[in-house]
Amino acid sequence: MADQSHPAVARDQACDGVLPLSGDGLRVTASPLAARFVLRGATSLPAWFGPSLPPRLGTATAEGRAALWLGPDETLLLAPGGDAGALFADLERDLAAQSCSLVDVSHRQAGLVVEGPLSSLCLAAGCPLDLRPSAFPVGMVARTIFFKCEIILWRRAQDCFHVEVWRSFVPYLAGQLAQARAGTAGLPVTGGGAPAPMHW
Amino acid sequence: MLLIHCPYCQMDRPETEFRNGGEAHVARPADPMAASDDEWAGFLYYRSNPRGLHAERWRHTHGCGRFFNCLRDTVSDRIVTTYKAGTMRPVPAPEAL
Amino acid sequence: MKEAFRLPSPAGRPIRFVFDGVAYQGREGDTLATALLANGVHLVGRSYKYHRPRGILSAGPEEPNALVAVHRGPGRMTPNLRATQVELYEGLEATSQNRWPSLALDVGVVNDLASRFFSAGFYYKTFMGPKAAGTALWTKVFEPIVRQAAGLGERPHDPDPDRYAQFHAHCDVLVCGGGPAGIAAALVAGRAGKDVILCDEQAAFGGSLLHETTALIDGKPARDWLADALSDLAGRTNVRLLARTQAFGYYAQNFVALSERVADHRPAGSSAVRERLWQVRANKVVIATGAIERPLVFPGNDRPGVMLAEAARCYLNRYGVKVGARVVIATAHDSAYRVARDLMAAGVDVAAIADCRAVVPESVLEMAQAAGLRVIRAATVAGTRGRLRITAAGLSSVVDGVVASPEWIACDCLLMSGGWTPSVHLHSQSRGKVVWNDDRQMYLPGVPVQDEQSAGACRGLFGLGDVLMDGLSAGARAAGLSGQPRPVTVCGDSGTEGGILGRLPWRHDLAGPSFVDFQNDVKADDIDLAVQEGMRSIEHIKRYTTTGMATDQGKTSNLNALAIAAGRLGKTIPEVGLTTFRQPYTPVTFGAFAGASRGELFDPVRKTPIHRWASEYGAVFEDVGLWKRARYFPRPGEDMHAAVDRECRQARLSAGLFDASTLGKIEVVGPDAARFLERMYTNSLAKLEPGRCRYGLMLNEAGFVMDDGIIARLAADRFHVTTTTGGAARVLNHMEDYLQTEFTDLRVWLTSTTEQWAVIAVQGPRARDILQPLVEGFDIARQAMPHMSVREGTVCGIPARVMRVSFTGELGYEINVPADFGRAVWDAVWAAGRSHDAVAYGTEAMHVLRAEKGYIIVGQETDGTVTPDDLGLTWAIGKAKPDFVGKRSLVRPDMLARDRKQLVGLLTDTPGTVLEEGAQITAPAHPKIGDAALGFVTSSYTSPVLGRSIALALVAAGRSRKGERLHVPMPGGALAVTVVDPVFFDPEGDRVHG
Repeated sequence: MADQSHPAVARDQACDGVLPLSGDGLRVTASPLAARFVLRGATSLPAWFGPSLPPRLGTATAEGRAALWLGPDETLLLAPGGDAGALFADLERDLAAQSCSLVDVSHRQAGLVVEGPLSSLCLAAGCPLDLRPSAFPVGMVARTIFFKCEIILWRRAQDCFHVEVWRSFVPYLAGQLAQARAGTAGLPVTGGGAPAPMHW
Repeated sequence: MLLIHCPYCQMDRPETEFRNGGEAHVARPADPMAASDDEWAGFLYYRSNPRGLHAERWRHTHGCGRFFNCLRDTVSDRIVTTYKAGTMRPVPAPEAL
Repeated sequence: MKEAFRLPSPAGRPIRFVFDGVAYQGREGDTLATALLANGVHLVGRSYKYHRPRGILSAGPEEPNALVAVHRGPGRMTPNLRATQVELYEGLEATSQNRWPSLALDVGVVNDLASRFFSAGFYYKTFMGPKAAGTALWTKVFEPIVRQAAGLGERPHDPDPDRYAQFHAHCDVLVCGGGPAGIAAALVAGRAGKDVILCDEQAAFGGSLLHETTALIDGKPARDWLADALSDLAGRTNVRLLARTQAFGYYAQNFVALSERVADHRPAGSSAVRERLWQVRANKVVIATGAIERPLVFPGNDRPGVMLAEAARCYLNRYGVKVGARVVIATAHDSAYRVARDLMAAGVDVAAIADCRAVVPESVLEMAQAAGLRVIRAATVAGTRGRLRITAAGLSSVVDGVVASPEWIACDCLLMSGGWTPSVHLHSQSRGKVVWNDDRQMYLPGVPVQDEQSAGACRGLFGLGDVLMDGLSAGARAAGLSGQPRPVTVCGDSGTEGGILGRLPWRHDLAGPSFVDFQNDVKADDIDLAVQEGMRSIEHIKRYTTTGMATDQGKTSNLNALAIAAGRLGKTIPEVGLTTFRQPYTPVTFGAFAGASRGELFDPVRKTPIHRWASEYGAVFEDVGLWKRARYFPRPGEDMHAAVDRECRQARLSAGLFDASTLGKIEVVGPDAARFLERMYTNSLAKLEPGRCRYGLMLNEAGFVMDDGIIARLAADRFHVTTTTGGAARVLNHMEDYLQTEFTDLRVWLTSTTEQWAVIAVQGPRARDILQPLVEGFDIARQAMPHMSVREGTVCGIPARVMRVSFTGELGYEINVPADFGRAVWDAVWAAGRSHDAVAYGTEAMHVLRAEKGYIIVGQETDGTVTPDDLGLTWAIGKAKPDFVGKRSLVRPDMLARDRKQLVGLLTDTPGTVLEEGAQITAPAHPKIGDAALGFVTSSYTSPVLGRSIALALVAAGRSRKGERLHVPMPGGALAVTVVDPVFFDPEGDRVHG
C-alpha cells in the first residue's frame, strides 16, 4: 500500500509543452541552467563556485556557472540543473561566515534562451530598454519588464539572450514572443549571426 | 513614458519599471508610542503637496528593487534629480531647474 | 469611359475597385482619391450635420470630407478612412458614409434645409438645455433622429481578425516626415553614422518632391535628386526607412509613437501583420512635417469640385490625374500660380485665377502672362453654383471693401489657396510653445523644450532651396556635426509668398454657407454667433461651435476659425489663443494600441503546477488576481451547490485536498530575521522556536489589517512566511520598504518564494493517515508534530516543508514541495487520499469551511479600515512589544471608539435563506431614509455541516449585540437575523488538535 503511493517522481518543468518555439530568425528554448539561487547581502562567493560577485548590471561566468547582478545586494546564481540541493548545501556551508541570505529558487522561475537575428527585436516588443549592443552589450544583465511580466534579461551574445521569468509567466512570455516574431513580417532579417542591419 | 535615473543602477530606466512611493523625508518617529496623537496623525496623513519641486520616493521595483528619492516638478512632471535613500535632499543647480 | 481624367499613357498597371457598388478602374500607385478623380468622381461623402454633398478637398492626411469605409471581409471593415490615404489594390471595396439611401439622394439633407436650427451651440442648447428641451418629445423622438442623422461612419461589429504588433525602438536621430527637409536631415545624420529612423505617413518618401516637375536640385530634376537620396539612405545599415508610418504622438523625453500601416495597401490576409506601433526613444528628433494648404472661406466653398490648389497639382504631376476639364482658381498665395501653369501645360482649361491680393509679385504675374493665364486681382469668390458638383464660380472684384456683382464663370472645379499653415503639431505635443509671427501671419515653432528641432515648411520655410538647406542643417545639428553643410542649389522653384486668414469679403445678397470646418460642418456664421453669444476664448468658441473638434482636429480650419473669431472680437489672433494640438495626429486604430495583448495574451494567465490535474479532474476555475484557481470539482450531475456541499462534508468527515500553491511566500533570512518580523507583524515572534509556526497579522502604519498568513520558523535565522494570494507582491514591497528605509540597521534579506513551492493542503480527520506513508525524515505523530509546527523532510522522496496548519478547523497539513514536483506529489497524495475517501476541494469549499470557523479572509472581512480588535484578533497582538508597524495607531481615539464595527456571526430566521454579501444591516426592519446602517454582511454561505445558512458581518459594537435581532433590508422585504458568535462550528477548537 505504502509503496504503491510512491510513484516514480516526474518533474514537470515550467517550459514543458510551451517550448521550444522556432521560426525564421527566432528560437526560444529552455536553458540548461536549471539550478538557481538568490544570494543577498554577501560580500564574496567561495572560489570553488567559479564566478565571483558580478559588477553593477553585469555578470560573472566561470565553470559553466554564472552570477547575475540583480541589485546592489542581490545576485542570481545560475548553474546547470542536476543536484541543486547539494550545490545549495555546499554554498550555504561556505557562506555561513558571512551574514547573508541564500535561497533556492530553482523552481520559482524558468530560464529561456532567446536567440536568432530577430531576438533583440522580438524582446523589444515588450521590453522598453534600449537593446542596441552599444547600450546593452554582451554580458549586461537587467531585471526589467516584458509587457506585463517581470523578466531578468542577460545578453550572452549579440543575438542570444538568457531570460529568467517566474514559472507561471512562461506561457505568457512565450506567447508574446511568438506574436512578436509574427509581427516582424516584412522587416529585414539577417541570418548567420551577422550583425543585423539595425539594432533595435 | 518617462525615463527615470536610478541612482543604484546609475542608469536611465523606463518608468514602467518603477513605482511611486509617496512623499520622501517623512521619517517614522524613533519611538512612535511617545508621539502625541497630533504628531502621529501628522506623520500618517499630512503631506506637503507642493506646486513645484516635490521630494518623493520611488522604488525600482522591476529593476534593482531599491527605494530611492527623487525631486520632481509637479507642474512640468519633470524629474530634476534622483538620489539614494537616506541621503539629504539636494539643492538642484539653477540650470537643472 | 474608363479613367476619362487620366493623362495619356499612365504608368501603373490597371486595377479594378468598387466604390459604392460601382466598379471602376484605377492604377497601381493610386490612392482611392486619385482613382476616383481619374474617373471624374468628386462626390464622395455627405457632411456630418447637414448631409451636404462633399468632394475631395485635399491630397493628404488633412482631408476632412472624403471619409470612406473600406471593407476587407468579416471583421475587417474600417470606417472614417481618408480616401486620400487609402491605397488602391486589386478588388478594393469602399463605401461612402453618412448617407441614406445614396450619395446622390440623401434624405438627411433635410438637416441642411433646417440648418438655421443646427447653428452654433445646438448640442448644448438641445441636449443639455433647459427643461423645455428635455420633454418626452425631444428625448424620445427628436434626439434619437438627430443622433442617427449626425455622425461619421459606422463602427465595425465583428472581432478584428488581424494581428497588430508593437515594438520599442531606440535611435540617435528620429526624423518625422520624409519630404525634402526630412530626407536632407536623414542624409546628413545617416552619413555621419548615426542610427536614424526616417518615417513618413505616405507610401512613398519625397513629400512635395513627388509632384515637383520644374525645380532642379544641384542641376538635377527634383525627382532624380529624390531617387538618388533614397537610394543612398536605403543602402545604409544605420538608417531605417519606415514608409506608411505616421508619427502621431510626441511624449516626454523624446518618446515618439509611430504607427505603421503594413497591410492595408494589399488585399486582406496577404500579410501576417496589419499594423505596427513603434514606440521610439530618440536622442534627437527632427520634425519635418511640412505645411498644409488652407482653404478659403466663401459662400458655397464646400461643393464637390472645390479643392485645394496644390492638391490638384499633386494629382496631376504625381498620379497623372486632371481634377477637372475647366478650372477656376482662387488664391491668396503665389503657389497657386504654379498649379495653374502645370494644369495648363497638361491641357486643362484654366478659365481664370482670382487673386485676393491687390498686389501680386511681378515674377508671379510674369509667369501667369507667359502661360496666357487670366488674372483677376483684388478679387473674391462671391458664390458657387451646382448641386452634386460645382458648375460655376462667381468671381467679384473688391474695391474699398465693396464686393462687386460677380462674374459667373462656368467650371467643374474650383481650386483655392489661402496660403499655408505649418504643421506644428509634433512640436506643440512635445510641449514646445508655438509663437505667432505677425509678419508671416502664421504660428511657428518656438523654443524647443525637448531635444528636437523643426525643419522646412513646418517652420514656415516654403522655398525648396531654403527647405533643403534647413533640413541639412537640422540633420547636421542632430548628428552633432559642426560647420555648415555644403549649399544646395535649386532653380525652377516658385511660389513662396502670400496668404489670407478668415472669411473673404462677401455680398449680403449672395450669402450662402461659408464653411470653416468641413468635417464638423461649422460655418463662419457659427463662429460669429458664438462670439455674439458671449464666447471670448478660442477654447470656448471651439467647444460651442465644435470647430476643430472633428477627427481631423481642424488641420484645414483652425487658423481660419481663429481669424474670424479674432476679427469679431476685435482682438489679435494670439490674444484669442490657440487650441491644444493633441495626439494622435490622425486617428490610430485600437488594434495598434492593443497589439498582441488581447484574448489569451491580454494579461498573463497564471496557473499552478497542479492546474493540469484540476483541469483533468473537471474543475471549474475562477480568476483570483492573475491566477486561475479551482473553484469546485463537480461530479457528473452536480451543480456548484451540490459539489461544494459534498466537498465540505467530506473534508470534515474524512479529508480534503486543496491546491494552495497561489499563497504568497517570502523567505526571510538573516541574523535579525526574528527582530524584523516582530516589527512587521503584530505577533510576538522572538520566542517562536525553530520548527514552530504562528498566525501572523500584518498592519499598515495606520493600524489597519493589510494581510495575514503563517510565519514558520525553520531555523534561528530563517523563516518561511506566507501571505494571501492577492497580497504577495504588496507584502513583499511593504517589507522591503521598511527594511530599506526605516529598519536599515537590521541584517535580514527577503526573497519571494511564491512560485518555488507547490502547496498541497490536506485537511480533515484522516489527514495524518493519508500523509503518514508518504513522509520520510520526520515524525508526524500527534504529539511529535503538534498543531502550528513545521518540519523539513521528504514527501514521496521529494524535499518538502510540511506545516501542520489549518484553515478549516480540522487536523491539517500544508505540504510545500518544489514546484516541478507539485503535480507528481499531488498525484501521490491523491492516490493515498482516495483510500480514505478524501475529496479534492476548491476555493468555494475553502471559503465555506473557514467561515464555519469564523476565520477571516483579508479583503473580504477587511476593507482597509478594519483593526485587529474589530476582528476579535487582539490575541494575535504581542502586547509586550515596544513597537511594530501600526501599533501606535491602535491607540488613536477613533481606533478605540466603542461603536466601531466588529466581526460577528449572523443567523437568519429561516435557515434556508442565504444573505447577500455586502447587504446592509439595520436595527429596524423598515429603516427611514437617512437612518445609518449598523454594518454589512461580509461573507455568507450555506453551511453543509450545520445544515443552514451562516454569515459573517461587521456590525457596530457587534460583540455587545449577541442575541440581538437585526434586519437586512432587501428589495423583497427585510430579512430578520440574530447576532451570534462568528465561530459557528467546533467553538472549542478541539478538531485542529486531532
